[in-house]
Amino acid sequence: MDFALSEEQQFLTQTVNDLLRDQCSLDVVRNDASENQTKNASLYHALTELGIPGTLISEDYGGVGLRLLDAALIAESLGGSVATVPFIGSSVLAPVAIQLAGSEVQKDTWLPRLASGEITCGVALGDHVGARDNTPISTNGATVSGRAMFALDVQDADVFLVATKNCELHLVEAGEVELNRLFTIDKTRSVGEIVFDSASSDPLLSSGDLKGTLATVVDAGRVVVAADTLGAGQAMLDKAVAYAGERQQFNRVIGSFQAVKHMCAEMAAELEPCRSLVWYAAHAFDAIPEEARLTACHAKAHLAEVGRFVARKATEVHGGMGFTDLLGLHYWFKRIELNRQLLGTPEFVRNEAAKLQGWI
Amino acid sequence: MDLEYSAEYEDFRSELRNFLEEHKHLSPGAVARAPANRESKTDGPNPAQRWQQLLIENGYAARTIPKEYGGCGEEPDSLKAHIIAEEFAKARVRPGHSGDNRLVPTVLELGTEEQKRWLVPPSIRGEMSWCQGYSEPGSGSDLASLSTRAEVDGDDFVINGQKIWTSGAQHADMMFCLVRTEPDAPKHQGISYLVFSMDTPGIEVRPLVTMTGEATFNEVFFTDARVPKNQIIGKRGEGWFVANNTLKHEREGLGDPHQAENRFREIEELMQNENVDGEPIMNNPAHRDRLLQLQGRMLAMKYNGMRVLTSQRKHEEPGLPRWIIKLQGCELNHQMAAMAIDSLGELGTLYHHSEHIRAGGMWQQRFMMDLGLIIGGGTAQIQKNMIGERALGLPKEPKVEVKPA
Ligand SMILES: Cc1cc2nc3c(=O)[nH]c(=O)nc-3n(C[C@H](O)[C@H](O)[C@H](O)COP(=O)(O)OP(=O)(O)OC[C@H]3O[C@@H](n4cnc5c(N)ncnc54)[C@H](O)[C@@H]3O)c2cc1C
Repeated sequence: MDFALSEEQQFLTQTVNDLLRDQCSLDVVRNDASENQTKNASLYHALTELGIPGTLISEDYGGVGLRLLDAALIAESLGGSVATVPFIGSSVLAPVAIQLAGSEVQKDTWLPRLASGEITCGVALGDHVGARDNTPISTNGATVSGRAMFALDVQDADVFLVATKNCELHLVEAGEVELNRLFTIDKTRSVGEIVFDSASSDPLLSSGDLKGTLATVVDAGRVVVAADTLGAGQAMLDKAVAYAGERQQFNRVIGSFQAVKHMCAEMAAELEPCRSLVWYAAHAFDAIPEEARLTACHAKAHLAEVGRFVARKATEVHGGMGFTDLLGLHYWFKRIELNRQLLGTPEFVRNEAAKLQGWI
Repeated sequence: MDLEYSAEYEDFRSELRNFLEEHKHLSPGAVARAPANRESKTDGPNPAQRWQQLLIENGYAARTIPKEYGGCGEEPDSLKAHIIAEEFAKARVRPGHSGDNRLVPTVLELGTEEQKRWLVPPSIRGEMSWCQGYSEPGSGSDLASLSTRAEVDGDDFVINGQKIWTSGAQHADMMFCLVRTEPDAPKHQGISYLVFSMDTPGIEVRPLVTMTGEATFNEVFFTDARVPKNQIIGKRGEGWFVANNTLKHEREGLGDPHQAENRFREIEELMQNENVDGEPIMNNPAHRDRLLQLQGRMLAMKYNGMRVLTSQRKHEEPGLPRWIIKLQGCELNHQMAAMAIDSLGELGTLYHHSEHIRAGGMWQQRFMMDLGLIIGGGTAQIQKNMIGERALGLPKEPKVEVKPA
């Protein structure tokens, strides 16, 4: 029994963090945000050199062949730096789906290019994680029609993975669809509306356990979104603690006021167990199938709650400064808020957890 | 990350399961350790003591306590300890104890050879029970300000003063107690740690009824109570250091994630079995969502416990994951009891053996007791101070010098 990160995993985190510290400063994020740039080319290139887009792609297809826990650690780092690059859709949901459901030919066609960073993939699962304002996605053999909302990693995507209403998974090339970017509070990631009008597609799987396969893809996404929130929350807590140790009022460092100290302690006490929950859910995805779905739901929902709490309290610790654009704390705040709603709101996901346990 | 147990541990677990299956009928029902009343002690061992003896013989209690002091003398193995806690909790069988989880480790670490032989064997057999005489009316969170005095007279300390909130003092055979022996020293350096019989002349125990309606704790008054000088653990004036050792052990015991998981299962059953307007409470989405939120917290604390366990096995300092256990674990238990009561609605308020009562009023009992545990053993606010200062490194409150008028 060893519930801890391996040396390789600690090294991975360290490497990604070092890279982000160099190449994803707040200035970079701010500049990207001002230009609605959510795929920073040089940053994405640097991550590609480390093999990040191929984290979950098997070595047979040019990837690194790691597990979901490794992807979660990367997401944690990306969240910690509010990094303006695709990841959850293009490097988690798409590779997981293609590897679970694709034919040999499809894997050969798509995975090496995703792994090398040559292409990125937008992902539209909206019909299954709380559909709104959409038109359900229907298929007619190898064509897809309908309107998907809140597709992830859409900017400059070369191909889109879409889940149809009846749980089929299709790949559709960008030239086949109409993409409207949607602008959320979070300027560090891209989401969009995709209109499919008899778009010709490469269907991944049209028979077998469609529902189960799709659900597994969603599980992976939920764990990784939760990890992104963990990283963003930890960054906010660290900033709050640092600020509380510097800022003076009434001739005292504000962190010596209990009202401030206790806000920090509460954030830490709430957030620290979340780390274990994310680790466990990510590990379960690969190693404990019978617990994977339930723990993915709980990781997603619980991190959403704790994330919001930390985002709010960390802002309060910074006082008026926390509310300014100048400090940039709001990038983390907004990333956490977007994560909360992605791939199922906490209430929606907990309802799924109730069904899983036979409570309804 | 590897959550598989090696063969050695799997074997250990299955032996333990077999043992529990075969012997659990011998376990005295209640999970709480109900100490024998001092007056009503009979000659032979009572069922609780016999159960404890059986567990020690099989290596499931007092595991790491050396053989010469009556324990099993096993190497410390936190994973086996974890498996024991887990399996007893799952089987809902009363676990064994190591005498007193605060006093015994302290004596083993800091006591003399003579003290170890005197105190440890009967404690782990359950023949010598303990109460903790720390808090005083004027000294709770600020424990180091305590003023119960012990003055040397010949071969004895002579104790005068008062303790309060002393849990179990009415039943205990012995007290471990903090007293001021050096009144002129700075407050942390003038304290000594004494152990003595509750039958010592000059000790008066007055029960103090708690909000649950029971007198689980007491006031203890000392009037010229004489305790031999060799009944001090550690050196004179070093009692604060000794006491912190005990508090460390106590804090780790509070907020245990196994308990939270059991409690969660009980609420799940309750919500499936209790009806409102002819429908199980589980059908109510608002209640269900609340239960799920608690499940998420419970799981996070359970895995946090696994992380702490792993650090301990590697002899690493667990840091923050351990600092938060008392605060978060006690709060979670309290929230769960609240959830159970709310699921029962008006029925949840029944008490005092009332008709229609559910589970003997256990949830109300727990709801109140858990609030007690949020306060006792270092209040939630003190926990937050410790997390802020020791784990996050925030500055202490500036000291305010209060000059006597
Ligand atoms: C169920 C139960 C069992 C107990 N059993 C025992 C026992 O067996 N033996 C024993 O010796 N004691 C026992 N106690 C006493 C317990 O340790 C004290 O109650 C506890 O340490 C708090 O002290 P106090 O009651 O004097 O409260 P106070 O210290 O007066 O605290 C009152 C309030 O002020 C807050 N406060 C105090 N100081 C600070 C600070 N520095 N910063 C922020 N807030 C602060 C507290 O958090 C609390 O909210 C028990 C208590 C309970 C509830």
